Parts: sequence; structure tokens; C-alpha cells
Amino acid sequence: MALDKPYQDIPGTTIFDADQSRKGYWLNQFCMSLMQADNRERFKADERAYLDEWEMTEDQKQAVLDRDMNRMISLGGNIYFLAKIGATDGLSFQQMAGSMTGMSEDEYRAMMVGGGRSIEGNRYIGERDDAEQDDS
Amino acid sequence: MAHISASVYTSHVPAIGVAVDLGKSDEPYWQPLFAGYEPSKAWMRDHTPDVIFLVYNDHANAFSLEMIPTFAIGTAASFAIADEGWGPRPVPDVVGHPDLASHIAHSVIQQDFDLTIVNKMNVDHGLTVPLSLMFGQPDAWPCPVIPFAVNVVQYPVPSGRRCLNLGKAIRNAIESYDEPLKVQIWGTGGMSHQLQGPRAGLINAEFDHAFLDDLIADPERLADKPHVEYVREAGSEGIELVMWLVARGAMSDLAGGPPPSVRHRFYHVPASNTAVGHLILEETNMETSP
Repeated sequence: MALDKPYQDIPGTTIFDADQSRKGYWLNQFCMSLMQADNRERFKADERAYLDEWEMTEDQKQAVLDRDMNRMISLGGNIYFLAKIGATDGLSFQQMAGSMTGMSEDEYRAMMVGGGRSIEGNRYIGERDDAEQDDS
Repeated sequence: MAHISASVYTSHVPAIGVAVDLGKSDEPYWQPLFAGYEPSKAWMRDHTPDVIFLVYNDHANAFSLEMIPTFAIGTAASFAIADEGWGPRPVPDVVGHPDLASHIAHSVIQQDFDLTIVNKMNVDHGLTVPLSLMFGQPDAWPCPVIPFAVNVVQYPVPSGRRCLNLGKAIRNAIESYDEPLKVQIWGTGGMSHQLQGPRAGLINAEFDHAFLDDLIADPERLADKPHVEYVREAGSEGIELVMWLVARGAMSDLAGGPPPSVRHRFYHVPASNTAVGHLILEETNMETSP
């Protein structure tokens, strides 16, 4: 019987459940390795060679090389693990989160200072399209 | 016998720790936030407990994907500060209370909650940022702390109902400890925030205020709120709020006592990506109890 996953209709949100965790196991464990300073140095010296030490898929490795956070998350990454890559690059959580929104760093920071992203129109996938249809 | 004197609730945003550590708390961005905790520090100076039971979550620092305990109680004598990738925070190590922690583990497991007992663990910002907010920058934390880590990183996380009931079991455990210790229980994390994907930056102040209202006045109803509502309304990381229900469940009104007094309530947006909420609930009858 299929598991109940009522969170799949939330826009712009990937829930790190057991399935995602299985998919992203080595990606996330690679990230954990960056908690050690000498591993951070080895990674920075030759990212490709360091990634090849891990049983990650080619897609996962490419997403890391591209620093494509949304792609990493779709391939099983979790933000708290991926944050170790950001730390290695000297990025804050705000810079990492903002990089996934399509906004510039300044735009994202200004949005947060202004009270954050509104929940209105952001509860359900297709909600905004529905609203536009209602308006028409 | 030991007793619970108060519960404290606060967000544990890592950037707050950075602001403290780098001396930025007077900067315009941070000043309103830290001002909101001044009454709490003053209250805490008069109400420092003997032990803090601190409910928080690890953020892929102590626990990788090798092991994912749903509820983990720290029974060690001390806990080192984790290097989360930016270097360890320059704060004192955390001194534990192995006797009380072991007693609680024993009692709570007998009440059918399957705790993982952890004798070696580093603690991350989830635990240290609340201590910084309530105590500032002392050379040593003023009392022992029992870390209690809840998995809210990999789904499914425990339900609000289970967290509230766990708090009740923790209360039973503390009240059956022979030494006359004054214990505070803290629930941390939240409030609304989302750190991932195109919806990152979500804040829902209306949800947060309603959560605070219900946490104070109607925690039993709040406990029925399903996971998906937290995620949808308060963001994928807003689910951390279930941990506040552990602390709330330990208050005496849910065991037939009088309702707690609200000593302080504060809300501020933003700290980095996150809405910051804070609440102090004090047991009302403690001054008169034997």
C-alpha cells in the first residue's frame, strides 16, 4: 500500500522523507564529510576528484559542481546537510536559501526585512493560477 | 522532590548566535530582536533553575544519516560545541546532569516512549542559541543542561500529540526524582520559516501568533494540528514548532494544576530567514509549595 504523503501539493517545497533520504544518502554523507577542515581543503583543491570518492550519481556530482541547490534537493539533498557546502564556500544560510528562489541576494534580504514571503498564494500548487483564472 | 518551575520557548536561528559571537547585537538589524529578550534575561536572573531540560533538534551535526533517532536524551557529563562548518561557536561547553538525565530516561521509557540514550554528543546552534539569548555571554552556563534532541529533519517527524504526551511523561519523570531540584523545560525552534526551494523565505505571522495563543491557552487542541498544516502554513522548517509542545506538555495545568502565568511574550521578523517567537510560562503555585 502506498504511504500517505499529503505534503506533495505544497508549491516550491520538497519534503525530506525516507524516500528522499535513501536517494540522497551519499550526497548528504559527502556533505557531512565537509565538517572536517582537512576534507574542506581537499574538496576545494580538486572538487571533481573529491566527489569521485563518493558513491554519488553523476547528476548529484554535477549539481554540487554547479552549486545548484534546487537540483541537489530534488536529488535527495537536505538543506542542513547541503549547508556544509555553503559553509565551505563561506556562505550564510540566508545566501543559500536565497539562491534557490531566483531572487538576487539583495532582493531576498529586502524581502525578509519587509516581513518575508507571504503565505497568500503559496499554500497549494496551482493556487496562483487558480486565482488568476478567478480574476479573468 | 524535583519540580518544574517554568517553561521557556524560543526560536534558535543560527544567525542569532553569529550576531552574539561577533558583537553585532546593537546593530540596527539585530537591536529590536535582542531588546525583546532583555525582560527574559532579567526574569532569568531571579529564576535561574538548577537544571534546564532543553528540547531542540540537531541540524545534521551530531547525527548524520547513519543514525536518525526520533527522541535522543543526552546523559553525558558534558557536551562539546559542534563545528557546523564555520568553526565551533565560542561559547562554553555544556555541562550535563547525568543522574537526572538517566532517571528521566528510565522513567520515560517505562512510560512507553522509546528514547535513544546518548552518552557522547556535540551540541549545535539549536541548543546553544537559546542559551545565548537567555544568558548572554557568561564564562560558564549558570546551570547544567540536559540536551533532548528531536528528529524534525527527516520525515516523518513525531506528531504534535506525541510531543505533548512526551512532555507529560517527562513531567512525571522529573517529579519522581528525589533531589529537590528546580527544573526548567525549554522548547526551541521555529517559528515560521522555510530554508529550501522557490518558496524559501516564507513567513506567516498570522499562523505564528495563533500558535502562541493556542500554546498558552489550548495546547490540547494545538496538539491535534497535523504535520502538513505546519509545513503548508509555516514552511518546511516551521515543523520545528512541534518541539514546543514537548515543553508545554510538562506544565502542571495538563495534569490538573492551575494554568501557568505568561511572564513574557515576544515576536519579531526577521532573523535571517526566520520569524522569531519567544514565550516564558511560569508555574503559578511554585512560590507557595513546600
